[in-house]
Amino acid sequence: MKSGIVYTETVVHAAPEQFVADAPYQLAIVSLENDGRLTVRVDGEPVIIGDRVDFIEDRNGIPFFRKA
Amino acid sequence: MRPVAIIGIGKTAFGAFPDRDLRSLAVEAGEKCLTDAHVSPSQVEAYYLGNFAGPSFVGQNHLAPYIAGAMGITGVPCTRFEAACASSGSAFYHAVSSVAAGLNDVVLVAGVEKMTSQTTPKVTEILAGAGDTCGEVRAGATFPALFAMIARRHMYQYGTTREMMAAVAVKNHENGAKNPLAHMRKVITMEQALKGKPISEPLTVFDCSLISDGAAAVLIAPLERAAEFTDKPVKVLGVAQTSDYVALDQKDDITTFRAVSAAAQKAYKMAGITAQDIQFAEVHDCFTIAEIIAIEDLGFVKKGEGGPYELAGCTGLTGPMPINTSGGLKSKGHPVGATGVGQICDLVYQLRGEAGERQLAKHSLGLAQNLGGSGATAVVTILGVA
Repeated sequence: MKSGIVYTETVVHAAPEQFVADAPYQLAIVSLENDGRLTVRVDGEPVIIGDRVDFIEDRNGIPFFRKA
Repeated sequence: MRPVAIIGIGKTAFGAFPDRDLRSLAVEAGEKCLTDAHVSPSQVEAYYLGNFAGPSFVGQNHLAPYIAGAMGITGVPCTRFEAACASSGSAFYHAVSSVAAGLNDVVLVAGVEKMTSQTTPKVTEILAGAGDTCGEVRAGATFPALFAMIARRHMYQYGTTREMMAAVAVKNHENGAKNPLAHMRKVITMEQALKGKPISEPLTVFDCSLISDGAAAVLIAPLERAAEFTDKPVKVLGVAQTSDYVALDQKDDITTFRAVSAAAQKAYKMAGITAQDIQFAEVHDCFTIAEIIAIEDLGFVKKGEGGPYELAGCTGLTGPMPINTSGGLKSKGHPVGATGVGQICDLVYQLRGEAGERQLAKHSLGLAQNLGGSGATAVVTILGVA
């Protein structure tokens, strides 16, 4: 399982047209262990910079992570 | 390389104009510019147009000859430049290159965007096309979201606060309220800015620039010919365009725009000056955090000191380094393709002493910084009284 540390994050309220139904949702850039950074969606409990997160699954090509 | 001068400028008001189409806005700015320089359409040797997303916003392609033809300009190279929100900054850079190289003498450079005919979610989606649509955008990032993540990291690394960002909005609205061509001519309070509707946390609606319609144009020529057209020529002392990765998650450090600092260093070198010589600047405040980072990357303050500098009022009209005397993208408006050339027009108003109640005491050397996307394109221009 891929894990990483939250490098930065935001909660999106004003969504683009295709994600209006999802808003508000949390987006984060995660520093993966030895594998660069990835922009992901956060499921469940909100995260802050420095939190450890684990990969859950890809949904429609979007990687979802949650707080470890 | 030949020295280049700006011999005329023209701008439409920026705002929401439901009864105006893209072409009529660009034609108005272009014709005002030609009138300002006493030049006829037949004297124009090339038309360089900055436009981000006319095809998506209004369904029109082949924009440069479409607009030039409506002004009676035909038989010359007419080309559209796309570099996200730095589209017309890029058009200006390439136009200056062609005049400096001796390929053309009299060149019209313009920028235009017509955004308000689409709904806000649709505009948000079109703008997101300037990001990485296979990565961050696919995951749900908008431009406010990308700059919100930049803001969070800047707050984390340097202690920047929401009050510091709000101070940028308050100051830019104060300036924009005095600008007859600005989109939102009203002052706001610190309390309003802090309590605005959340767009992408920590950014509120008052941290975000406006969705606007508008156009701007400048006419350039070799400096040695400037006196034929105007008694108030402005000299292009330095201009540089640089790039960086499009995706935010590919950058080592998102609290700085490397393309901006690189373009600034090139432009300072070309002009033979340093950051400390600049008297005033128009910077790309697409979001309040972007102005804070811009003044750091341009070298006006040290890294991390942009927020406190803004909060202390140092960037106001009477401060040591006036920033965005036009009201910036925040209050003047941000018709994205028009913004780069619009900033250059705003420098020229100051340099010529035509900025009205916003006129600065020191106004002989100014800088404009235009940013594309979350920093993948940067254009820095330094102008001085010729």
